[in-house]
Amino acid sequence: MLRLPPFEYHAPKSIAEAVALKAEYGELAMYVAGGTDLFPNMKRQQFTPQNLIGLRKIPELFQLVFDQDGTGLTLGAGVSLNEVAEHPDILKNYPALAKAASLVSAPQLRNMGTIGGNLCLDTRCTYYNQSYQWRKALGFCLKKSGDTCWVARSSPKCLAVSSSDCAPVMVALEAEFCLASPAGEAVKTRIVPASEFYKNDGANFLNKTADELLVSIRLPTYYSGKSGIGWKMNYRKLSRRNAIDFPLLGVATAFRQKDNGDCAEARIVLGAVGSSPLRADEAEKILQDGSLTLERIEDAVQAAAKLAKPLDNTDMTLSYRKKMASRFITEAFNEVLKV
Amino acid sequence: MNKNNNYQWIGKSWTKVDGLAKAKGETVYADDLFLPRMLYAKMLRSPHPHARIKSIDISKALKRSGVVAAMTGKDLPIPFGILPVSQDEETLCVDKVRMIGDPVAAVAAIDEETAEAALEDIVVEYEILPSILTIEDGLKPLSERPVREESGLPAPDVPAAEAQIHEYADSGNIHKQVALEFGDTETGFAEADHIREELFYYEGNTHLPMEEHSAVAQHGADGRVTLWSSTQTPHYVHRALAKVLEMPASQIRVIATPVGGGFGGKTDPFQHEMVVCKLAMMTGRPVKLTLTREEVFYTHRGRHPVLMFVKAGMKSDGSITALHFRNFLDGGAYGSYGVASTFYTGALQTVTYPIANYKFEAMRVFTNKAPCGPKRGHGTPQPRFALEVLLDKFAEDLNLDPAELRLRHLMPDNSKTINHLTVTTNGLGECIRKVTESSGFQKRRTESTLGKGIGLGCGSYLSGAGLPIYWNKMPHSGVQIKIDRGGGVTIFCGSTDIGQGSNSVLAGIVAEELGIGIEQVIVVTADTDLTPVDLGSYSSRVTLMIGNATLAAVRPLREQILSATAEVLKIPAEKLTLRRGQVVSKNGSVEPVSFVDAVQWAETKFGTLGSVGSYTPPRRGGKFKGAGVGPSPNYSYSACVAEVTCDPESGLYSVDKLWLAHDIGQAINEKLVIGQVEGGAYMGLSEATMEAQVYRAGKDNPAGLHKTPSMLDYKSLTALDMPEVETILIETHDPEGPYGAKEAGQGPLLPIMPAIANAINNAVGVRVDEVPITPEKIFQGLQNLKKGKSGRIGPKKFPKITFPEALKVEPPEDNSVL
Repeated sequence: MLRLPPFEYHAPKSIAEAVALKAEYGELAMYVAGGTDLFPNMKRQQFTPQNLIGLRKIPELFQLVFDQDGTGLTLGAGVSLNEVAEHPDILKNYPALAKAASLVSAPQLRNMGTIGGNLCLDTRCTYYNQSYQWRKALGFCLKKSGDTCWVARSSPKCLAVSSSDCAPVMVALEAEFCLASPAGEAVKTRIVPASEFYKNDGANFLNKTADELLVSIRLPTYYSGKSGIGWKMNYRKLSRRNAIDFPLLGVATAFRQKDNGDCAEARIVLGAVGSSPLRADEAEKILQDGSLTLERIEDAVQAAAKLAKPLDNTDMTLSYRKKMASRFITEAFNEVLKV
Repeated sequence: MNKNNNYQWIGKSWTKVDGLAKAKGETVYADDLFLPRMLYAKMLRSPHPHARIKSIDISKALKRSGVVAAMTGKDLPIPFGILPVSQDEETLCVDKVRMIGDPVAAVAAIDEETAEAALEDIVVEYEILPSILTIEDGLKPLSERPVREESGLPAPDVPAAEAQIHEYADSGNIHKQVALEFGDTETGFAEADHIREELFYYEGNTHLPMEEHSAVAQHGADGRVTLWSSTQTPHYVHRALAKVLEMPASQIRVIATPVGGGFGGKTDPFQHEMVVCKLAMMTGRPVKLTLTREEVFYTHRGRHPVLMFVKAGMKSDGSITALHFRNFLDGGAYGSYGVASTFYTGALQTVTYPIANYKFEAMRVFTNKAPCGPKRGHGTPQPRFALEVLLDKFAEDLNLDPAELRLRHLMPDNSKTINHLTVTTNGLGECIRKVTESSGFQKRRTESTLGKGIGLGCGSYLSGAGLPIYWNKMPHSGVQIKIDRGGGVTIFCGSTDIGQGSNSVLAGIVAEELGIGIEQVIVVTADTDLTPVDLGSYSSRVTLMIGNATLAAVRPLREQILSATAEVLKIPAEKLTLRRGQVVSKNGSVEPVSFVDAVQWAETKFGTLGSVGSYTPPRRGGKFKGAGVGPSPNYSYSACVAEVTCDPESGLYSVDKLWLAHDIGQAINEKLVIGQVEGGAYMGLSEATMEAQVYRAGKDNPAGLHKTPSMLDYKSLTALDMPEVETILIETHDPEGPYGAKEAGQGPLLPIMPAIANAINNAVGVRVDEVPITPEKIFQGLQNLKKGKSGRIGPKKFPKITFPEALKVEPPEDNSVL
């Protein structure tokens, strides 16, 4: 069988201890939370850390606090995906996030996998997520050990796909990520809006230094309002199977309607059709402060779907994934208008 | 169902004899074996699809700390292969590699990590050869070749022969060609009222057993070699080892460990089995090699991709006047069972509905990809898919209910097919009636709810091949039974339980005949030192053949026990029977005596209680060349109705329910039969909807790389994708099977794929003449329909190639009733 290469495991009990360890070992170390993505990648030698800094013993990473009076949700990065999927406060106030988390892989992996891990998920590509021997036969690729992007050989940058289910939702809900890094003996933190956390470059896809640790996520409050007026949010996922599949397209939406039914605010974010979640600013502008006529919706759908530039490096054909982008966005509108 | 209520065990449901150990994690699979001083082996594999090996240097690997031995193909150069006509595999490639993943060297080390690291020390020099990756390229004459792989440009300087994968091929890269004609198809087509010509394509897919192949070998102080291996065919492995190791078979012991899923993927003798034996002999230490999941994808032997041309003629009443199949099989890099697979793509079309005239042509080509072989259904699912979809199209032409069309024309009991196969009993009519009734097929089919669809498919499969893999007239299955004075009954049989429950079949039949509990039967199987030969777990042969062999062995023992008891009790033996652990008199005239007492009386009278029994299938089938593939003691029949919901905008669909009726002849253990039917439904649905073993090709890619060699990326159904299956068992009590039994392992898979295709057509009007039936294809069909074009998705081109003149075979003299 494929063996997990040997490594030294560290189990810090605080964020300060964790970031200090990372500073000490530098490039030889990686953080590990649930390990559901990292360990398979280590077996295939995408990553070859000699030290792993385990995050399971750090209490601060497991907080889940919802304050109804305006501050919103503070979610520790170590909270399991199953807890995100099933927690009553999240189900009630951030149903799109709960749904996205519930659609990740399978129950066993959601028990181990964390929200922080899903948000920092390594980008994926059918030329990259292969064993060492397979990639060697290929001649390696731009993302790891090679200089060719096999998806598009003229591409100067890696085109691996952002495959997190939760990331597009976080962007749509304008979450803020709290990153910790060492500052001498102390810990320094930095707040980054979700939309700025992701970069559309498959090899360098996070606005995060190697030292930095994602410790928590803060989500503003979204009032769902009365009789369907207010925020409505959803996440739709295209995958071949109903479990154990990364998204081939993810569509996160959030709408706020006025009392008269007009659109007050709209957020549309596409996942898995680029190296980062793609927010459809133009489509959002078309809808902002206007009535939801079929024409406007169609314009918005077209504007949003235009962003989807899938490539032939996941399951399902790229033309189908592109077509499904407009279909899924349309369905998201239909759901809003149904109520 | 005509249930014989006198049985104590047969037809009932009881717990698998090995079930609890598996549930509790106590079963010892091959990879669970740890022997003292054991070494771990790894194989270095080719990164090129087709290349000549110029040199291999293992010296550096041997110097690595922890490495105990290393070997190359030259250390064990004798070729092998499952079929006598395809001895084309080497333990490790000697002169050339024929696919990415072909092994070229092996290392034994103190642990897996060291062995793996040592592979990097081995230096192999290759000379790249042109690679063949498609059926079309495989069909081309060598003179039309080829392109140089590294440049993607035509290479006129390349000697034509360089593109030939195996020199022994029939011609070029055409491994095997077949052309047979039964009756006169030209006349048959002339008599038809409707004629259809269709193209179908069935993508290749793999078995995906949960357990990766694993083998452990030990070279004892007595000079004997013992191999433990997760194999479905220990007897064939035994023969291959004797040949390759150049040792008498008596000096080799093969033990098949409990198999964690086989489905045909563990029926060949394999390279890793040879490697561990040789490394054990070189080092004097036990050696284990367990394949990685990726290596299992390269070992493959799965479903052949098949491109099919079908022409059929039908009268207005639905009878088939002529049928012509022309099949191209993509065989991959080695022969494996391929010659048999090729014949199987033509053999069993005839056993469901009478076909008046039949022509069958096929070619299997070698390509530089993992070798195809037998997967559940072996060669039959591809043409069955084509035939059952074709019948659906004919039903539309004739404006007939598809069930009615089939019911009108069924092979009668005790009849012969046009290709000389004998049908003893045929439960297909009852299967069709039951699934259509249970599902409300007739009504739902005509309801015009867009997006909701229902479809029917049928199939038939053999209960064991009539002939063995290598020519001989010995029994196919042997059984030995001994009875201990304490009442324990041990049955020895070479059969291999691969999860299908064959050990439980052995125990159940012995328990039934001796009137004892299942737990009193000790089952010893699949060990060439201890057990009589059984040919192995393939071709759905096991229940029928070991069942008949067991009956032959156990019934004389039963007579001995009854006779000895009768003597002691002083009543005629005919008045006694064995029931529930006792000898009882049929009319209750004497007190029951315990089985243990009866056994001791029998041993007193007859000496040690033991017996043997064996089974050889009846000699049937035609006399023509190729007649060896297809005959079987009896045939199972299955019918499936599938209900689907398909989004007419996106083509995304779900399968809501399957109704699956199977003619089992007689269930031995009903629960296990239902398990086999459901397992077949799962596997069939998975390949119908998504599975594809495909490779990279084209100028921008290093050709021949497997696209998805992992369980994450090779898509198969998850539990959440699996619908409810309503299983209906039909019992036809076939005279050839033990208690009337037929097979259950493969047949129930066959009707699933066409049932899904027909249901999708019923739902959204799109005909997908291809497997897998994916949302992308349906979406394309829907787009075409919107543009006013045909909604058919499927192959449009078919290679133009001249087949040899068909061998004309006269129909059987009396082709209706025996």
